[in-house]
Amino acid sequence: MTKEELKDSFTQIFPAVTFDESGEFLTAIIPSEELLPVMKVLRTKPELYFDYLFCETCVDWKDHLMMVYFLNSRTHNHTLVVKAKITDTINPQIESVFQIWPTAELNEDEIFDLFGVKFLNHPNLRRLFLEEDWVGFPLRKNYVDEHMIEL
Amino acid sequence: MILGEEDYITEEGEFVVNMGPQHPSTHGVLRLKVWLDGETIKKVEPHLGYIHRSIEKMSESLSYRQYGYLTSRMDYLSAHINNLACALVVEKALQVEVPARAQAIRIVIGELTRIGSHLLWFASAGLDLGGVTPFFYAFREREAINSIMDENCGARLTQNFMVPGGIVYDVRPDFQSRVKEVLKQFKDNFHEYNEILTGNVIFQNRLKDVGILTKEDAIAFGCTGPTARASGLSCDIRKMYPYDGYEKLQFDEVISTGCDSWARYEVRMAEMLQSVRIIEQLIDNIPEGDIVAKTKNVIKLPKGEFYQRVETARGELGVYIVSDGGASPYRCKYRSPNFANLSAIPHIARGYKIGDLIAIMATIDLIIPDIDR
Repeated sequence: MTKEELKDSFTQIFPAVTFDESGEFLTAIIPSEELLPVMKVLRTKPELYFDYLFCETCVDWKDHLMMVYFLNSRTHNHTLVVKAKITDTINPQIESVFQIWPTAELNEDEIFDLFGVKFLNHPNLRRLFLEEDWVGFPLRKNYVDEHMIEL
Repeated sequence: MILGEEDYITEEGEFVVNMGPQHPSTHGVLRLKVWLDGETIKKVEPHLGYIHRSIEKMSESLSYRQYGYLTSRMDYLSAHINNLACALVVEKALQVEVPARAQAIRIVIGELTRIGSHLLWFASAGLDLGGVTPFFYAFREREAINSIMDENCGARLTQNFMVPGGIVYDVRPDFQSRVKEVLKQFKDNFHEYNEILTGNVIFQNRLKDVGILTKEDAIAFGCTGPTARASGLSCDIRKMYPYDGYEKLQFDEVISTGCDSWARYEVRMAEMLQSVRIIEQLIDNIPEGDIVAKTKNVIKLPKGEFYQRVETARGELGVYIVSDGGASPYRCKYRSPNFANLSAIPHIARGYKIGDLIAIMATIDLIIPDIDR
């Protein structure tokens, strides 16, 4: 599918979407509450069939957090980036996509560890790299490391 | 984390053991918590973080010339290819044309890295499964490759050579003859590898029909590289999204439909020969000219998001850069091939014996610093 066709199909699934075409891939931005139903359709609809989640991460924009999902279809070989905006930075939470793509399990553990995003319905949410009692989330922009020496 | 006693024995006959972090077959500090029923694996849970250095956070305070150097510490066996990914993403964002000489040298060095990495995998796979001699065979050739790296990049481990726009130094005048020497030595000795390990019945029986990863699972778990290609999934980035002039070269993507550990072994063995083929096409045709394109002293990427993927020895490495227009990345994410391949291990290992877990880990070929980053 071309970018234009992808745009049309996505608008049919979720009309209130905003697109960003500045980058290499077509990017669709949706609110975090709508993530799971949209993702389920993207995964199952035969003409879209995004079966391969090749990168999942999060970006801290200070006033909000942005979850980024890179999706690719191995059958149709088209790529789409879905971004879910989390406005609550104090207690951020979003649905887990583990049921749709099993590779998300460890990725979401990592994001929880480093960004503090809580994933609902995740089978085993834990701090993946840091200790259980580590204070703060290092990849957040407001993280202060008391041992860091400013040069 | 210390396990309480109630964690060790969950029900009658079922108990928990820790593989690692100091287990020799985990190739680093990976800890797998394994639930066993007798010798049969019920469940595996990876515990990570023993070598976590927060490379992504460090990159946020480094310039675009500096941040790539950290990636040699990630997958240290594919150091050059990791550097290449970091250089390519900057070149893509700035739309820099890389000189043909730099591109050719990058590919030669990259493929030498791939052979060296697969040789170390061959050595350690043999060692994990009880053979010591393959280690000495493979390290004989790896030593020769390391000497070339030493002469041209000044390091045997954590090598850095690729910079945004090209390469950092020109290669030495005897580079071509040295590479040809090493390739000849490799090709002359390759039959010994097959004789000692490939044809070994004990080795074959340890690997065949062990650790089945179907094509659907390989996609679902995001597996890439030789691990996924052994499941019949075509995923070579060099073919799918060619970079740096790979589209001009003749080579085959090695695919097997065996889906088991033996298929993964065969794919890696065949890939080494394909890398030799790539180098042979280029080594006599390295064009003369510049080695690095002109870029500004302080590189500033335009505002936006950039993603670049390359094929390392273990699969698809993606570099995702979010730039706010400044001199260092606003956010830098490495999509590491080993991290995705690791997520498949709990699924693959279920139902096999504990000894098979060693065979599975040996053929998936994890590099732990790349997982922890």
